[in-house]
Amino acid sequence: MTTTQTGVRTTGRIGDSAQRPDGTLKVTGEFAYASDLWHDDMVWGVTLRSPHPHARIRRIDVTEALTVPGVSAVLTADDVPGENAYGLEHADQPVLAAEFVRYEGEPVALVAADHPETARRAAARIRVHYEVLPALTDPRRALDDDAPQVHPGGNLVRHLRLRRGDPEPTAPVVVSIDFEVGMQDQAFLGPESGLAVPAEDGGVDLYVATQWLHVDQRQICLALGMPPEKVRLTLAGVGGAFGGREDLSVHVHACLLALRTGRPVKMSYGREESFYGHVHRHPATMTYEFGAERDGTLVYAKARTLLDGGAYASSTAAVVGNAGLLGLGPYRIPSVAVDAYGVFTHNPPCGAMRGFGCVQAAFAHEALMDELAAAVGVSPVEIRQRNGFVEGDRTVTGQVIDSAAPVAELLQRVADLPLPSALPERPDLLDLPGAVGNTTHGEGVHRGVGYAVTYKNIGFSEGFDDYSTARVRLQVVAGEAVATVHTAAAEVGQGLVTVQQQIARTELGVERVVVVPADTAVGSAGSTSASRQTYVTGGAVKAACEAVRTAVLQRAAVALGRPVAGLALDGDKVVGPSGEVLAGLGEVLGDDAVEETVEWRHRPTHAVDPETGQGDAHVQFAFSAHRAVVDVDTELGLVKVVALDTAQDVGRAINPDAVVGQIHGGSAQGMGLALMEEVVVTDGHVRNPSFTDYLLPTILDMPPMRVEVLEYADPHAPYGVRGVGEPPTISSGPAVAAAVRAACAKPLRRVPIRPEHITGT
Amino acid sequence: MDFLQPSSWDEALASRAERPDALPIAGGTDVMVELNFDRRRPGALLDLSRVDELRAWSVEDGAVRLGAGVPYARVITELADRLPGLAMAARTVGSPQIRVRGTVGGNLGSASPAGDAHPPLLAAGAEVEVASAARGTRRIPVAEFFTGVKRNALEPDELIAAVHVRTARGPQQFCKVGTRNAMVISVSAFALALHPDRQAVGTGIGSAAPTPRRAPEAEEFLAGELDWAGRAALPESLARAFGERVAAAASPIDDVRGTAAYRRHSLAVLARRAATWAWDDLRRAA
Repeated sequence: MTTTQTGVRTTGRIGDSAQRPDGTLKVTGEFAYASDLWHDDMVWGVTLRSPHPHARIRRIDVTEALTVPGVSAVLTADDVPGENAYGLEHADQPVLAAEFVRYEGEPVALVAADHPETARRAAARIRVHYEVLPALTDPRRALDDDAPQVHPGGNLVRHLRLRRGDPEPTAPVVVSIDFEVGMQDQAFLGPESGLAVPAEDGGVDLYVATQWLHVDQRQICLALGMPPEKVRLTLAGVGGAFGGREDLSVHVHACLLALRTGRPVKMSYGREESFYGHVHRHPATMTYEFGAERDGTLVYAKARTLLDGGAYASSTAAVVGNAGLLGLGPYRIPSVAVDAYGVFTHNPPCGAMRGFGCVQAAFAHEALMDELAAAVGVSPVEIRQRNGFVEGDRTVTGQVIDSAAPVAELLQRVADLPLPSALPERPDLLDLPGAVGNTTHGEGVHRGVGYAVTYKNIGFSEGFDDYSTARVRLQVVAGEAVATVHTAAAEVGQGLVTVQQQIARTELGVERVVVVPADTAVGSAGSTSASRQTYVTGGAVKAACEAVRTAVLQRAAVALGRPVAGLALDGDKVVGPSGEVLAGLGEVLGDDAVEETVEWRHRPTHAVDPETGQGDAHVQFAFSAHRAVVDVDTELGLVKVVALDTAQDVGRAINPDAVVGQIHGGSAQGMGLALMEEVVVTDGHVRNPSFTDYLLPTILDMPPMRVEVLEYADPHAPYGVRGVGEPPTISSGPAVAAAVRAACAKPLRRVPIRPEHITGT
Repeated sequence: MDFLQPSSWDEALASRAERPDALPIAGGTDVMVELNFDRRRPGALLDLSRVDELRAWSVEDGAVRLGAGVPYARVITELADRLPGLAMAARTVGSPQIRVRGTVGGNLGSASPAGDAHPPLLAAGAEVEVASAARGTRRIPVAEFFTGVKRNALEPDELIAAVHVRTARGPQQFCKVGTRNAMVISVSAFALALHPDRQAVGTGIGSAAPTPRRAPEAEEFLAGELDWAGRAALPESLARAFGERVAAAASPIDDVRGTAAYRRHSLAVLARRAATWAWDDLRRAA
């Protein structure tokens, strides 16, 4: 660290593991999540949901519900004043079902009452007369001529067609597989919650846990028939998101009830309702074929992917885009033919989840790379290194990768990490598959090692206008320089507030940075998804800080009678070229505040050719590799993950601790999909809407990790950052699946891998 | 809903007699879930957590009289030597917080086929002590206590006072399969107790039939085949044959947690392994 003449260097700049302001509050239980929202005279809203995957609503009788003492409103589709439709990409989802219900759990009516239990009891007295209709629950049948139609326009949401190179390629070595991925849930710990407060101007203020305030606002305005200035959103404490808060949940419902009752309305889902209240990760069925030279060099790839979008479009089209455009893995492949389909069914709607289409595909392409390695007689690491991207390569869409693509190095790094020691003669139960379940003392236990590597697009792709807005103010308050950062970017637990503080400290040299609550009083920050906020909102905060700094230094230059070129900000001081203090910030600014608002965009991306899928669709790629070591009790089909180590290029670690935290969490989430996390849906009905039966990894399922963080700066990105959040979720699961296959010598073409799959019973 | 909170056992029995619609609650780890999900709405809750008599255990005639309100955490720390099978099962219950709240008496009251305490109680030949204000105390062999899915032999005016479990005379094992390595409801479970003093074998099966149940035919088979006198090593073929008989005693179903076929298969493996471990322990102890 260099010491300036001021003698003080602000800590908590970029590159430091600055403490997060919400950290202590969260671990001590003091943090106010959206479910803690409270207003003195509020009433509670609850949702009545469809018990059927597909039915026509004949009639809704709310008379009896209205007679329940304490009930202040009962609303149905007829009470939606604006357009009864919302959706991220297509407004195809009713706020409240009108003529049809298209999935189990679809909202049909709302009740507001002075107590949530009263509201629930009243909701149970709403008589909905359903005519149950045949449901389309097998996505493989969705495109058949005789399949029930989920929407009038047919059951196809999107078909992504990707073609490159030789249309009829041949190769001496050909391997192929079918693979299936089950439906994963985001399983954020803080269920959907919000508080809508009616305002004197006839509008409404909504406090809600979400990922993108402005896209919510747009949809709410449409449904309420109100202009944006009447519908103001403020981010409430978010307990995790992972894509599951991109679509609306309580938003319009709470506003409708608040406007009807004239009272603040709180809505807060329980865990069971949460499983019906947000989209899930698309289940996928995939058929992949790779052709290669005898040394394993890939010649061609063919893939057909079918994603079950469920009843409404949500972000299915974009997920199909990723599954198609990125679905062959980080490999040089001269000839490709990919068809990725997203379809409507009467299953629960699916949409965004961490890894967004790449997660499903990675299970298939990584399993197939292992097949190829075996077919040509090289190791799993070698086959990937031989075919892995390097900077300057063209992707399968023809896009040149114009920053680091260290596929081979990432694999080498994880391969070079020490392997865990073998099980001792009498192992501790906690170290064995089954743990204190006492199912083995070592009998039937086999060890396996698996590798996987991935790449993921960072930021929104395919020509989307992806920007963020930041407002930064610098002033001296009571003798201390304070920077205030205002954006609409959603802190969902990942640490974005801390990142914004670090950037402001770095750019403005001040110690004290206040990040004010995210709301719609400032322009859109875009979504907290696609691993994009540190890049895009970070870029916007950096640009706004630069604008503030320029303005302050210009004032200083005038005041000091010196050229602006040699001036800088450090601490509360304006310093000269060699760090000498020239003036205090207070002397320069007096009582004035300098404020700048900047809308910042990353480099544009482009739509792909509809026939060939070719084009520069993405702004940045991020790479990660995992090595998993597992012990499998092959007789019982139980798995203990012994090690799950990873290497990832993050471009530049703004907050190294937070980066590692993201990698730990993402790895656990990917491993969960490989081994246990599945929303089980039978005939359109969710069978395990609880954390009793939707199993998440515990501390005994997730091993301590070794994490190698590489920092190859992307010259096109602010500070060289590369998105961090998603890649670990993509490569960890396939590595675990590969390790299990290696341990039990079975093909295992479906995840989550259940004990039955391993034992064959 | 009324909330009844007796502070003595007599008071509890009186309340029970007066209010047959009351639902007894001990640690609340089952009951509160049922209430929160609105699966039950009893007229009253009968909170037994203030009844000190229920929270004690003692040894009587070579058996532990385990008060119905003793939580799993105490079974683990205080009774692992006397009741090793039950302590092993207690260790697999939920999370540390659940083990502090949850009780063996509550497990019996819920009578779930997946209750972790049931297989070791079956294997040990335990008896459930129940009482009513009108008729006093009676004992029910645990194998007769479970009468159906989540149903037990309690009369409407009765409460569970304790469970009597003979202090282990030989090795005991408890094994539980779940699809993650902690905090999981069993897909299948198996308990084994060797009773060398009477050359008998006890078994208990969990999560693989409408009720927890024994595998009597497997018990007799193994007891008859074991070399009790010579303590010769357990042949693999015998362990396997025992496992198959245990699996045959189950009547599992397919559900979201596992398939019937896997439940049978896993029981066969667990029973084979448990028998081997227990017999090896006995041989080592000799």
